[in-house]
Amino acid sequence: MHPATLVSIDRQMGLDKPLVYNYGQWVKGIFVGRQNVYMDGKLYDCPAPCLGISITTGNPVWTDLKQKYPATMTLAIGGATIYLTLGVVLGAMAARWRGTSADRLLVGGTLLVSSVPFYIVALLAWIYLSLTLKIFPNTGYYPITENPAKTVSYMMLPWLVIGLTNCTSYARFTRGQMVETLNEDYMRTAQAKGVKTNKVLFKHALRAAIVPVVTIFGIDFATLLAGTVFTEVIFSIDGIGHWGLQATTQTPIDINVISATVLVSAVLIVVANLLVDVLYSFLDPRVSVG
Amino acid sequence: MTAHVSERPDDMAAPASVNDPFLVVENLSVKFPTHDGLVSAVTDLSYTVERGKTLGIVGESGSGKSVSSMAVLGLHDPKHSRLSGSIRVEGFEVIGASEDRMRKIRGNDVAMIFQDALTALHPFYSIGDQIAEGYRIHHKVSKADAKKRAVEMLDRVGIPQANRRVDDYPHQFSGGMRQRAMIAMALVNDPQLLIADEPTTALDVTVQAQILDLLQDLQREFNSAVIIITHDLGVVAELADQTMVMYAGRAVEFGATREILTHPEMPYTWGLLGSIPEVGGDANARLIPIPGTPPSLLNPPTGCSFHPRCPHVDKVPGDLCRTTLPDLLPGERGQNHVKRCHLANPGDIYTEEILPEIAPDLIDPTTGELIPELAAVDPNDI
Repeated sequence: MHPATLVSIDRQMGLDKPLVYNYGQWVKGIFVGRQNVYMDGKLYDCPAPCLGISITTGNPVWTDLKQKYPATMTLAIGGATIYLTLGVVLGAMAARWRGTSADRLLVGGTLLVSSVPFYIVALLAWIYLSLTLKIFPNTGYYPITENPAKTVSYMMLPWLVIGLTNCTSYARFTRGQMVETLNEDYMRTAQAKGVKTNKVLFKHALRAAIVPVVTIFGIDFATLLAGTVFTEVIFSIDGIGHWGLQATTQTPIDINVISATVLVSAVLIVVANLLVDVLYSFLDPRVSVG
Repeated sequence: MTAHVSERPDDMAAPASVNDPFLVVENLSVKFPTHDGLVSAVTDLSYTVERGKTLGIVGESGSGKSVSSMAVLGLHDPKHSRLSGSIRVEGFEVIGASEDRMRKIRGNDVAMIFQDALTALHPFYSIGDQIAEGYRIHHKVSKADAKKRAVEMLDRVGIPQANRRVDDYPHQFSGGMRQRAMIAMALVNDPQLLIADEPTTALDVTVQAQILDLLQDLQREFNSAVIIITHDLGVVAELADQTMVMYAGRAVEFGATREILTHPEMPYTWGLLGSIPEVGGDANARLIPIPGTPPSLLNPPTGCSFHPRCPHVDKVPGDLCRTTLPDLLPGERGQNHVKRCHLANPGDIYTEEILPEIAPDLIDPTTGELIPELAAVDPNDI
């Protein structure tokens, strides 16, 4: 390439300016947008919130993000619902029957499942349950607004895989919290009032045990919302994780997409932490905001 | 009464006659299997409590006070405990009763006040919710009615602005108020037997007195039977009609409270009396502790379980204290005062050796004799 062209590209892309200036431009773009952004020989207009232009599609990254996001969100919400519910219920049951063989089986089973790497579980599930045995249809994301039934049936396997593999740590954590709570004096009080055993367990004990579980769930859910690379790639779901991986592995790498996915993860984690803290004041009356 | 019985078709025992005591405990033993062996927390315990009467159970930690009263509510996990003997609540046999059946008794016929209300109340539910929950378990009423009842109960136990405080959480209450709320919760179903397990232990003296007054008032109002578990002989002196002293899971002395406090016949009771500090007494005066520590319930001492700590073992001929467990028998003071001790003349030993040490002001300084008016008990009181 002609040195003069190179200098011109450098100037167009702002590479002759210091890093801090470029970062300032990028941040400013998120709030007010940018004009005449140079990308691959063309100039683009990038309205706020501007995360730059994708070299792959030539679209503003924000436009692509909006289009990819529903898939990730659907995957995360469905998967998280399954693993939270399943984990908490299993954990509560194990705590109720603590010390029995049912408890040991449950704890042992969860340890076994969480020892297998997630991508192996996902891959085996896809190969056997979807491709070979055809218990589940092929997977992928169909916009929920177009055909919800199809969305659900195509998403079911990824949801179950996320749900079953992640519920194990929740089951063990909930069990631990429950066992601790069941030894509290107020459990004996509830029993002495004549509360039914199941109600003692699922109202009085779970109410107290669930608080630390929610804390962990907040962070986990945010991570899931930021995109799960393996699940999305294996089940060909066109979401954030898939998109970020493509941007990283292609040539030239799509730097603006990568910074956008990193930004999304960072924002989600911070927001989730904040929400969990606020939620705490509702869950635990002893904590007050302010 | 008859209506009551017909609601309980699964009763194992015959319906109790009206004259029977509300609670009858007979030869109760509670054992806990542990990795180290079988712990005998309560052995061969018998007592009765009548309506309108108060029984005080006194003893050190680990003497089986709480364990025996929790058994009345069937609160011991059958998987981790072994109960034998008989506990009859209004004629109904509690030992071996189903959970379903026990639930109808818990909080309804028999209610319990636990010590340390901060840990005994659920931190995440409001005081009102917790009281209303207890009411709704045993009464088919709406949530609103149950809450009204909760306000009423809080008001009854002396919580100011009860209709506002009903929505407060336990941590927003002071220690004394929490204990009052606990009492309100226990009384919400007008139980006929109230078991108060060290209800004043964590409270300061003025609040303690208020709580005890409250318990007394409520008992008079509802004519319920009360068991008060404590290690504070002052509480017993104030509230209890009868007192049972427990040691190492057994009753060691039992009788009318005044009788037990003025004419104790068992060295362990002497020890308890000797270790009470006197309010307004000489601050430098030495308290007389009971030597040693409570015995292991895994390997209880042979013979009388108190013998390793008893200073009077030598006064018993032979090696009786070490070899033979004394029976709970009447002593010199009549049929209604029983004790588990081999000493032949406990009354003399008490007045000659113990009283001068623990209550010198009861002794006439000129004659060295016990002042009869101060120590005597009218036999009609017993």
